[in-house]
Amino acid sequence: MTSYSHLLRLLLPELIVTITAIFALTTDLVFLRSAALRTRLATAVSLATIGCIVAIFAITRATENVNLFDGMLIANPLVHLVQIALLVLTIFVLLLAVDSEFTENVGEFVLLILLATVGMMFLVASQDLLTTFISLELLSLPLYILTGFDKRNARSSEAALKYFLFGGMSAAFLLFGFSLLYGFANSTNFVEIAAAIHGPSLNPLLILAIVTTVIGLGFKVAAVPFHFWAPDVYEAAPIPVAAFVASGSKVASFFVFFQIFSIAFAGSEGSGAWMHFVHGWVPVVAIVAALSMLLGNTVAIVQTSLRRLLAYSAIAHAGYMLLGIVAHTPVGLAALLYYVITYSFGTIGAFGVIGIVEKATGSDQLANFNGLNKRSPILAACLFVFLLSLAGIPPLAGFFGKFYLFVAAITANSGLLWLVAFAIAMSAVSLFYYLRVLKRVYTESGDPADGTPLPSSRLSVSVVVALATLVVLFGCAPNLLLQPLLSAVHALGM
Amino acid sequence: MLAWTIYISFFGALLQLLLPKGNNTLARAFALLTAFAGLCIAVTSFTQHRSGELITVANYAWIPALGIRFHLAADGISLSLILLTGIVALTGILFSWNIDRRTNEFFAFYLLLIGCVYGVFLSYDLFLLFVFYEIVIIPKYFLITGWGSTRKDYGAMKLALYSFIGSAMVLVGLIAAYVVAGSKSMALNDLAGYAFSPHFQMWEFPLVFVGFAILAGLWPFHTWAPTGHVAAPTAVSMLLAGVVMKLGAYGCLRVAMTLFPHGLDPWGFSLIGLSSWRDVFALLAVIGIVWGALVAMVQQDFKFVIGYSSVSHMGFILLGLMTLNRIGISGAIIQMFSHGILAGLLFATVGRMVYDRTHTRELVKLGPMNLNKAIPFAAITFVVAGMAGMGLPGFSGFVAELMILVGAWRAFPIFAVFVGVGIVIGVVYVWRAMQKAFFAEPGDVISHEPLPPITIPERLGAIILICTSVAIGLYPQMLLKIITPALNSPLFDGVRKGGW
Repeated sequence: MTSYSHLLRLLLPELIVTITAIFALTTDLVFLRSAALRTRLATAVSLATIGCIVAIFAITRATENVNLFDGMLIANPLVHLVQIALLVLTIFVLLLAVDSEFTENVGEFVLLILLATVGMMFLVASQDLLTTFISLELLSLPLYILTGFDKRNARSSEAALKYFLFGGMSAAFLLFGFSLLYGFANSTNFVEIAAAIHGPSLNPLLILAIVTTVIGLGFKVAAVPFHFWAPDVYEAAPIPVAAFVASGSKVASFFVFFQIFSIAFAGSEGSGAWMHFVHGWVPVVAIVAALSMLLGNTVAIVQTSLRRLLAYSAIAHAGYMLLGIVAHTPVGLAALLYYVITYSFGTIGAFGVIGIVEKATGSDQLANFNGLNKRSPILAACLFVFLLSLAGIPPLAGFFGKFYLFVAAITANSGLLWLVAFAIAMSAVSLFYYLRVLKRVYTESGDPADGTPLPSSRLSVSVVVALATLVVLFGCAPNLLLQPLLSAVHALGM
Repeated sequence: MLAWTIYISFFGALLQLLLPKGNNTLARAFALLTAFAGLCIAVTSFTQHRSGELITVANYAWIPALGIRFHLAADGISLSLILLTGIVALTGILFSWNIDRRTNEFFAFYLLLIGCVYGVFLSYDLFLLFVFYEIVIIPKYFLITGWGSTRKDYGAMKLALYSFIGSAMVLVGLIAAYVVAGSKSMALNDLAGYAFSPHFQMWEFPLVFVGFAILAGLWPFHTWAPTGHVAAPTAVSMLLAGVVMKLGAYGCLRVAMTLFPHGLDPWGFSLIGLSSWRDVFALLAVIGIVWGALVAMVQQDFKFVIGYSSVSHMGFILLGLMTLNRIGISGAIIQMFSHGILAGLLFATVGRMVYDRTHTRELVKLGPMNLNKAIPFAAITFVVAGMAGMGLPGFSGFVAELMILVGAWRAFPIFAVFVGVGIVIGVVYVWRAMQKAFFAEPGDVISHEPLPPITIPERLGAIILICTSVAIGLYPQMLLKIITPALNSPLFDGVRKGGW
């Protein structure tokens, strides 16, 4: 039997983050009410960062493989690795927030970010319908509030409302799918569900469960046709929040997406091979992936706001990443995690640059990036790295991520070559719009044309530079991330 | 030591960005020094490795989980092309001595491009080759949009997208081949040694071949080349036509033909007289030769004449590859070298010597300026380069085209006739451009002010290029001696089919 002390020890990282959240809130409310905004932000963020770092240490010290209460709480090297990645991403997001001015409610802001992080940490550590759903809500609710956190900006509230309504609806779909699964299996555990639904032919109700689950999770990862919230949220949410939605939330959602489908729906995969479609969840996800790549990449071409452009490119990238789920092999999981983690670094960095430019010039219209190279060569170089990594140009992380994902997909099933070829063709389209942004940065003359230096804080710039370095590093030496991922995945014995 | 060509170029590119801004002379001198160092290494290796057999340059584990290695190696073919890269890179800098806007960035991109070109020619691991091949796109794009002329945004984007689509096709092909061969290694010999099924090769070959050939200006995917070359600044046109197009041709030979030789086998049926991919690509190459020459003949823009002449000359290379006999393929490699030198020289003459002084490239406007008196050196250079290009004995172009013609005569006698026609048209367009630009009747328009004289760097660059072309023309054995053993190596077993 599990004792409470054992449970507490297992949950130590989550507890640390939760306590830090409450501590940051009280410190801000009790001691710093009259201090300057920047001081309050700096204090709260420092506290939160320390908390996250301590939590990371707590995770690295945990070594046991645990499966508590029928999969309600899982601990293994892979879960730990993903949790560490989530905490690192949270730290970067928090550091970007230090220079922001969109809110007076500093304590609440940090609290919500950390609570969402706790939600993500639980999400990746569960193989049970109930805890998965609860953690998903624990992640989503703070995100809805955070999106509308800029109360002076009507568009921020509008985006939050849209996000919330779509999110609520998709949660309902997900819950409906989960309830059907529970009906089949009489259990909420993924493995037992798989055993129960396994059969020679697909039950119509099971198809319904597959579709509703894809809808619920497709919303979280912003895949077509459940992507409508993304452009608005990316455009109007405060910068750190947009970066958070685009990074940490993606990592956790993709991980749970993979787990639900590869474990709970094992045995009803079907096949997505060209001309040989077989009923199951793989063809559904494959079609969602193809649609996401097509729509994301084509609509991104006509955007005039860099944030919206990133939103559509995120939709396209969700399409690429779904290839890892379509593959549903250990290698596919490693490739997916490599991709989504490095992608998150690039995206947070890009939002960091946007934040600085937005603050100096007033908006994120593409025209405001004209001549950025003259005004701030460092930021221009970082944006160059981030966007080309998104476009998949070697030797940046995005290239190896794509390469490995494609290899994983074809290794899993050579019939998937059509999807991989389509993905590669679509990445050629994406180069077009990324290059157009970079052309503005490097060759157009900006306003002011003389190229007065862009006002930027040292902290934001160093965060952005650190992220760019990571993108280059993981691109040139993929092994740094790949080796731990692969050994953790193989340790699962899938 | 050869690996240092890559490292030095990248390092030079990085240092360019750190040099003090605004000191143009320093930036130029530094770039020249970097390129010169690269050339020295290339020449030393070229003279040292006269056996032409494969030598390993560097071999380290890179991504062990996927069996990908940082593996550089060179044989006679790569060595010839590395020498070409060194020469064109050095002269390109001599011809961009007048760049005075954002000089550091220009040379940083330039050296990055050079480093990647060396990288492609040296890579033995195909993942590494692809990495270098794909990075090339980025500096190309920024060099053209940043420092180009005529419709530069259009030309640069078109070039970038064509290149990227080509490399996308290559990537699909490489991933499929890698997975089918067991996902264990990306090394050239491992993949070339794997027995892919003939059916697999039959669709892989055209995919990868066309992917590379887009960059080599294969008709009808050549349209990026003239617009891109015209839009680019002189040094970049030189590099594009001189070495970057060769990357495509090199990939066709080194990857597509080596990995999937059975893709060249007959289909077993005949479609409008064509019965294999080999026939199809040979036909496209011949169309490219004739088409490029015909279009060059009617151009009004001097630089477009050269741009289309490149398409025509690249057609020779692709035809030479498709002959599948030793003389034809060796001819194709010599043509790569020769065209690299001559295209560089022609673009330098037109873009730097003429356009930067007269600020027009229209043949009708150049005629009345009496250029053969105003800048006689440019006129002489163009005459020499034109003669070499049309295949006059004594120049490299003659050797190359003769060998390809002999090879084609053995493989495709009918096509050889059309190639002959293409050569004749080649004489016509060079003659016409020369006549209109340099030796027209002096018009009524009196030149407003005397044109600035040809500078020393320009003279030096032109002399280096002409001497190289003559040297190869008089003593082709210099290249052939290392190319032949390379073609006889086990890598090309599939192409040889037991003997030449």
